[in-house]
Amino acid sequence: MLAYLLRRLAWGAVTVVGVLLFLFWLFFLYADPQDVARRALGEKAPPEAVAQWLANHGYDKPAVWNPAAPLDTRLADHLRRMLTFDFGKSDADDTPIAARLADGIGPTLSVTVPLLLLGLPLAVSLALLVAFFRETYIDRAGVVLSVLAMSVSILIYILGGQFLLGKVLRWFPISGFDPDPGVVLRFLALPVLVGLVSHLGSDVRFYRAVFLEESNRDYVRTARAKGASDARVMARHVLPNALIPVLTNVSLAIPFLFTGSLLLESFFGIPGLGSITVEAIHANDFATLRVMVYLGALLFVAAQVLTDVAYTLVDPRVRLG
Amino acid sequence: MSAPLLAVEGLVTSFPGRGAERIAVVDRVDLAIAAGETLALVGESGCGKSMTALSIVSLVPKPGRVDAGSVRLAGRELRGLPVDAMRRVRGAEIAMIFQEPATSLNPVQRVGAQVAEAVRLHERVSRGEALRRALALFESVGIPDPDARLGAYPHQLSGGLKQRVMIAIALAARPKLLVADEPTTALDVTVQAQILELLRRLAGETGASVLLITHDLGVVNELADRVAVMYAGRVVEEGTREAVLGAPRHPYTQGLLRAMPARAAAGERLYEIPGAVPAADAWPPGCRFAERCAIAQDVCRAREPERTPLAGGGGVRCHAVAAAR
Repeated sequence: MLAYLLRRLAWGAVTVVGVLLFLFWLFFLYADPQDVARRALGEKAPPEAVAQWLANHGYDKPAVWNPAAPLDTRLADHLRRMLTFDFGKSDADDTPIAARLADGIGPTLSVTVPLLLLGLPLAVSLALLVAFFRETYIDRAGVVLSVLAMSVSILIYILGGQFLLGKVLRWFPISGFDPDPGVVLRFLALPVLVGLVSHLGSDVRFYRAVFLEESNRDYVRTARAKGASDARVMARHVLPNALIPVLTNVSLAIPFLFTGSLLLESFFGIPGLGSITVEAIHANDFATLRVMVYLGALLFVAAQVLTDVAYTLVDPRVRLG
Repeated sequence: MSAPLLAVEGLVTSFPGRGAERIAVVDRVDLAIAAGETLALVGESGCGKSMTALSIVSLVPKPGRVDAGSVRLAGRELRGLPVDAMRRVRGAEIAMIFQEPATSLNPVQRVGAQVAEAVRLHERVSRGEALRRALALFESVGIPDPDARLGAYPHQLSGGLKQRVMIAIALAARPKLLVADEPTTALDVTVQAQILELLRRLAGETGASVLLITHDLGVVNELADRVAVMYAGRVVEEGTREAVLGAPRHPYTQGLLRAMPARAAAGERLYEIPGAVPAADAWPPGCRFAERCAIAQDVCRAREPERTPLAGGGGVRCHAVAAAR
């Protein structure tokens, strides 16, 4: 298992380096540093100011080849900064990127963690319920509602939720965020609710299909022939066997746990990493964008490896090797 | 025969067809099994043998359903029993063994726990006591090193051992009737013989009746007291093993016996019944075997034969036999 994990991690490292090289091409070779500087300083900035800005942000160095000092290039800087997590300054306003990440992670987690902790049990139990009543009107209604729910854009849920629950019923603030423990829940309720509803349809439909497939297996018939009730069969036999696809689905959501939801955060004015990413896009803040993409890739690779380990815990047949 | 342990009468099980009509895959089936007796239900694949078994314990997969008939166990009607009462019958009074031991055990649960679950579903005993019972069951079904095997997962056991675990599960609550659906079909020949011997020994020890579903007449010869032959959803002939295997009256039974490799002389081409069992939605109106039968007459295609009682308590559904009397 250790050898397997090392091999997986090595492949993960290859993936991350690939992402880094792609980012280098996109942000250092494809994007012209002159344009970046002009956007940051304004069209009318004097050439000296542009040159100074380029020097401050390291955009003045040779791209990949510097015969005088081989490690003093943009590529070497880029790789060193990313791999040592020394992210430097924002291209837009010179604030340290690390400080912005530290500010943003709290608000992001305060939305995404409740979303996962509430959403997963909710989707799984609804799917179990619908699968339990398979071939009945409850099942059919569940499928129709799921497809309807997943067909509606998240923008509709956001705007509809803000209008109905925020403006008309005045249950929650329309948007905004305040880390004060006394009021923070009021601000988080609506984004978490909208996030829950927007994911529920596709999750229920997916988990229902997983549970139904397991329900048709021979061992389920054995359990029923033993005299187990339908509910017990679902909880003790179908659910444990369906954990692998459930885990796979959850692992895909893990990177977004940290990087946050771009739409939810920006529409609800939550100053998390999702909002930071959106602002960076608007402000041509390439330095911050690079960091966000890199961190997303890292988290993705880490989630994959962790999922592999989790498989061995839920299924004794899985041996990593 | 005195009052049978299991009496099935007029059992009809159907699935939805193409239109609004339903297709009876088990059609007016009568079966009776005395206490301690082994009845073999034989026929080709697709004859409705397994559906008959699942109908008896109300486990017909949706959208199939039992439409008519009566299933009495020790005089008690099982049809129409509330779901929870039927649940208590399954496992405790009627237990089942299935064809595929490889897929019939829960792959992520230790086999000891699966046997213990069968115990605890029907008796109020502690987990530890249930596991001790599982250990005793493992010993009685001949699992070597039973203590260690309790903690094994199904994929760590061979096919023969898995089937022994299935048998242990089936016997966990001391059922009166054991339904074995092709219990040896998926196993190696040498293991088949061991499992058959085990079933015979356990049936003798526990006094349980056995409904043995098989297409293998060699297995029937080994285990059965009585035999019922099914064709296209109907029981076409039944009687004692000696009568059905020794002096078969129905052309289908005769064909099955002629097709046995053990009965063919060396170098002789094996006999096969021409054609195949028609699909359930294409069963002919008269005798369902008529189109594959060498001696079929016009009457066979026009009208379904009544059951003709035979000496020795058996019966057969064949116009030719009826006409000869």
